[in-house]
Parts: sequence; C-alpha cells; structure tokens
Amino acid sequence: MTETPTLELRGIDKSFGPVQVLHDIALSAHAGEVTALVGDNGAGKSTLVKCIGGIHPIDAGDYLFDGRPVHVHSPRDAAALGVEIVYQDLALCDNLDIVQNMFLGREKRRGLVLDDSTMEEMAAATLRGLSVRTVKSLRQKVSSLSGGQRQTVAIAKAVLWNSKLVVLDEPTAALGVAQTAQVLELVRRLADNGLAVVLISHNMNDVFAVSDRIAALHLGRMAAQVKASEVTHAQVVELITSGRSGDLGPRTTPNGAAV
Amino acid sequence: MTSALAPQKPERPNRPTDSEEDRPPTAGLGDIGRRYLDQVRAGELGALPAVAGLVVLCVFFSLLRPVFLSNLNFANLLTQSAGSIAIAMGLVFVLLLGEIDLSAGYASGVCAAVLAILLTNHGWPWYGAVAAAMLTGAVIGLLIGTLVAKVGIPSFVVTLAAFLGFQGVVLILLKEGTNVSVKDPTILAIANDNLSPVLGWVLLAGCAVGYAVLQLRRSRDRLGRGLAGTPVALLAVRTGAVVVLGGAAVYLLNQERSRNVIVSSLKGVPIVVPVIGALLLLGTFTLQRTGFGLHIYAVGGSAEAARRAGISVAFIRTSAFVICSCLAAVGGIIAASRGNSVDPNTGGSNVLLLAVGSAVIGGTSLFGGRGRVVDAVLGGLVVAVIQNGMGLMGYSSGVKYAVTGSVLLVAAGVDAMSRRRSAQR
Ligand SMILES: Nc1ncnc2c1ncn2[C@@H]1O[C@H](COP(=O)(O)OP(=O)(O)OP(=O)(O)O)[C@@H](O)[C@H]1O
Ligand SMILES: [Mg+2]
Repeated sequence: MTETPTLELRGIDKSFGPVQVLHDIALSAHAGEVTALVGDNGAGKSTLVKCIGGIHPIDAGDYLFDGRPVHVHSPRDAAALGVEIVYQDLALCDNLDIVQNMFLGREKRRGLVLDDSTMEEMAAATLRGLSVRTVKSLRQKVSSLSGGQRQTVAIAKAVLWNSKLVVLDEPTAALGVAQTAQVLELVRRLADNGLAVVLISHNMNDVFAVSDRIAALHLGRMAAQVKASEVTHAQVVELITSGRSGDLGPRTTPNGAAV
Repeated sequence: MTSALAPQKPERPNRPTDSEEDRPPTAGLGDIGRRYLDQVRAGELGALPAVAGLVVLCVFFSLLRPVFLSNLNFANLLTQSAGSIAIAMGLVFVLLLGEIDLSAGYASGVCAAVLAILLTNHGWPWYGAVAAAMLTGAVIGLLIGTLVAKVGIPSFVVTLAAFLGFQGVVLILLKEGTNVSVKDPTILAIANDNLSPVLGWVLLAGCAVGYAVLQLRRSRDRLGRGLAGTPVALLAVRTGAVVVLGGAAVYLLNQERSRNVIVSSLKGVPIVVPVIGALLLLGTFTLQRTGFGLHIYAVGGSAEAARRAGISVAFIRTSAFVICSCLAAVGGIIAASRGNSVDPNTGGSNVLLLAVGSAVIGGTSLFGGRGRVVDAVLGGLVVAVIQNGMGLMGYSSGVKYAVTGSVLLVAAGVDAMSRRRSAQR
C-alpha cells in the first residue's frame, strides 16, 4: 500500500501498574477498508482500543493519524481527530432516547436551549444513510430496544460525526444470527463509504465475511497483520492461539526480532 | 456534519426519495393514547399514580369531611405544603443522579436561621437577608457536592453527617434554642398574603397563553421540518386542562375565606403559589430543555456512558447538590415566613422525610435517571392532603405519620417494580 493509512500505531506499550498488557504494538487501518483485530480473551484488544480512544494514555510509541503524529489524552481529543469508538459495553444511557444518546456530550443548541428538532433530523438522516429501518421511533428510550437495535444506535452514534476512523469492539458478540448479519452489513457499508474501520471479533466467519486485513494479537504482542485474502481460517486460528503460523508471525527468536 | 456517510452526494443523503415508511408518522390522538399505554406497560408510569392518588384522596376526604373542600382549607393546603415542595424540588435533582441528600431539611433550617438573625438581630433589609440565606444554601451544596463528587464519599454518609452537623449549627446560631421572630413585612407576605383577585386572573391568563404559544410554536417547527409533531387536538386538550383546572383554582381562591369579614378580608391566590410556580417553570426548563439538564439525566442513567461522552461527571454531581441546597434555602425562607419565626425545629423533625416522600410519591425514582420537578409538586400535594385530611378527621399525629410512611413505602415499591419491569426487557 502506498497511500498513508488513516491510523498508524508504532511500538505502543501499555502497562497497568506492574502488569504490561501491550508490548510494542504496530497496527494500521486504511480508509475504505475493514481491519479485523483478533486475539484470545485477555490478549489486549479492548485495552488497545481504549488507547486509541484516549481512555487510557499510552506509555510509549507513536500514534499517527493521516500520517501526522498526534497526542490523544482524552475521549475529546480522539473525537476531535475523527476517531469514534463503539465500546464492548456500548456505553448508552438507558433512560435517554435514541437521539439524546446519539448526541450525548455534543448536543446541538440554539442559545441556551437544546435544538431537539435539528438533532432528530440529523439522527434520522444518519440512520437512513445506514439503511436502518428497524427502529419505530427515534424518541424511543434506549431501554426499550433489542440488543441489535442498541448496537445499531451505538454504531450510528459513531458515524454521526465527521468520523474518519470507527473502531467497533465485538459489536456482534451478543447478537442473534439475523441481527449479526445486519450489523456486519452495516460495518461493511461504513468502509464502502470511505471510512477506516477496525472490527474486533472472536468469530472467524464474521471476520472473513467483511474484513480486508486481519491483525492478530497474542498475549499483548502483534503476531501478524495480513491481507484476509492471503490467509486461511486455520492460519488465523493458529496465530491467535500460538502467536505464529508457518511463515507468519515472529520467528522463534527470544529477543523478539520479527520477520 | 453528516457527510461521512455519503461522500458521493454530499448535498443531503437520501432526502428526496423518501419512501412511504420513512415519512414521520403524523400521530393522531389514538396513537398517542396507545403509545402512552405502551409506556405504562413498560414501567413508565409518569405522573399517573400521583394524580390518581390525589383525586381519590380529595374525593375521599371531601365525602367524609365536607369542610375539606372549604375555600379556607384549600388555601391552607397550598401554604402548608409550599416549603416542603420547594425542598422536594431540590431533592429531585439529587435523586436523578441516584444520590440522596438527608441534610436538606436542616440545611433549610440553617438558611432560615441566617435569614431571621440578619433581619431581626442585625436589621438587614429583606433582599440582603434573602441573598445571604441563598448564598448559605449554595455554600452548603458546594461543600456536600465536593465531598461526594471529588473525594468520593457516598452521599448517604456525607449528608447523614451534615444532617447531624446542621442540627448543631442551627442550635448554635439560635443561641441554644431561642426563638427568633421574623417581622419583615415582605418576608411575612410570602406565606401569609394573597395576590389581588384581578392579579390572580391576569397571571393565569398569562400562563395559559404562554403555554399555548410555546407548545404551538414547537409543534409547528417540528412539522415544518417533517418530524412527528404533537397534533393540534392534543395541544388544545392540554391547554384546555390548564385553563379549566387553573381557572377553578383561581376562582375558589378568589372567594372570601375570612371567618369575620368585618375584621379582615381574606381572598386571592396565596403568594407562595406563584413562587412555587416560578420554581417549577425554572426547574422544568433546566431539566427538560437545556444541555445541563440532559447531562443530569445522562449521569443518572449511566455515569460511565456520560464520562465517555466527555461530560464532566463531577461537575454535574456538584451542581445538583448546590441546586438542592439552594432550593432547601427557599424552603427555609417559606417556613420562616409561615411560622413568623425561626426556632431549632425549623427544617427539623419530619421535614426531610416528607420532602423525600413527596418526590418519590410524585414518581421520581430512587435509583436515579427518572423524575421531573413536577413530581415534587404532585407528591407534595398528596402528602399535604393526607396530613390535612386526616387532621380534619381528628386522627393523632402518630396515625398521620404512619399513613404517610406507608404511602411512601407503596410509592417506593411501585418505583422498584417498574424498574425491574423495564430491566427485564
Ligand atoms: N484497567 C485495567 N487494570 C489492570 N489490568 C487491566 C485493565 N484493563 C485490562 N487489564 C488487563 O489487560 C489484559 C487485556 O485485557 P483486554 O480487556 O484488553 O482483553 P481483550 O483482548 O479485550 O479480551 P476479551 O476478548 O475478553 O474482550 C487482561 O489481562 C486484563 O486483566
Ligand atoms: Mg475486550
């Protein structure tokens, strides 16, 4: 790839107290592509996502956005760059309606007063743009939505802004077959619309269905980042479980020199 | 701002090709009724139980004790409940966050003591003393809010400590329990004087017209943008209800209610009514129409989601406690006016419990995230009607407290059940 990736991470380290969770991570995500981030439970996927989103500060390493080195210290910094994250636990307020959740923290105002009509219009346009037709009313409380609908709201919230990079942490983990298909279709459409998308999933079928590249984390290290078309299911599973597969992954050198 | 999705046609994604199902449903009255029923089934009872309870209680007491419906008693009911309603309004803000303020009662006592001492012992003008009382409330709220939001002590503990502490502060301020009388005519007028009958009507007319115009403008704006607006029929019904209920109240309050007209005439809307009305408007506007109010609901619904959305949770928490204590100060001023004096019991005994009870009976959840300022008014009236009606029937204070306590328990039970109900989905 000659074009600059939207997001490029180099040599990211992250520790919680004495425990180092991320070691020397490199990751890139390109506009118009879905990059799948895979790895076993506890491999550090969510931690990496929170570093990207500014929830956790990184200890060392470079964070490049559109080729420029940037510093992201808070969720607001990330949002200002155009980075939107759909967290594993969604982070929606059950007692608010769909529109209020989508605009939370970034409400449109007219003077002192909330501009509800404009927000509802924008929310409706965004959902229409995503071809979402499953919600009855935008003024429905989020507590009354199904799991898939909640996931849809969380994704729509992420694309409502002029986002360039959308990261989704296990968006289909709690969903049924039909709703999973819907959400995956939605993820694919985001990339087709020109966004860079990072998708975290444990489901290999989902990963191969929508992603262009696959990045495998193993025990806090990046085992390999490969094109989805150039690997098989079995190879990816091997990368996830043992950190290497044939030519892929770091050679068995104890000092960690990668291929 | 939505361009990310449709870079190919940035003008306006999908606008002109709206299919039938995309068009917002122009809801009729039937739809609205059905939607309301859905809400009730989902555990969102809103003001329904409080209003129903109020109607049942009023019918019950007026059948058993016709004097309950007398003009004098009606006016008494309003002035009796005003102080507690003001405190309950403040508690709504704190309850919305899922926190509690046990010190609100004695905070109102401290503020009332400051007011009375400055007025009577130091000869301050009423506005200076009121400002000082309000400032005292704000400082109290800031202190409690900081301890809860920044230091992280549970609000139950902080305000329990403050509950004891303020009880002591009132005693110290009042020199071990002397009674400081309030003689300032402006302060006394708040709970003891009435608007002239004409002014009562003018105020009602102003409210009705203002309400109708605001609602109509909002609905027009929404319909103009192709969003589902409230149908005109419903607006008419709502405005009609305001006019009829308000009109009946103003009419009753404008009747002569003095026992001896020759000595003094007593008629008109008590001044506390527009005072509470103004607080209700201000509080409702803040919670329903401003970003700050929305953030209070958000923090009450999920503090973590609010934090990730970039909302300063500590600021929201602290402000809620400041608002609560300021409204407690208002409650203290009303109590001082109604009692013509301040003593160590002002804001003490059952004041706090009745105020918390009012908010919860009105429909504000103890679990946070659900509630409105109007709940405090409706619940406060329910509590006042129970106390007043049972008093007329000759029951002792003991029975009154027991019954009020049971009603609070029922309201909290309804709250807990509706919460479980919406959690099951
Ligand atoms: N705030 C924290 N403090 C201490 N340790 C943490 C913290 N957050 C995560 N960890 C640790 O970091 C490691 C990686 O966790 P992470 O949540 O990133 O895994 P994951 O790859 O997302 O797993 P899963 O597939 O289960 O979601 C785990 O061992 C976890 O215990
Ligand atoms: Mg995770």
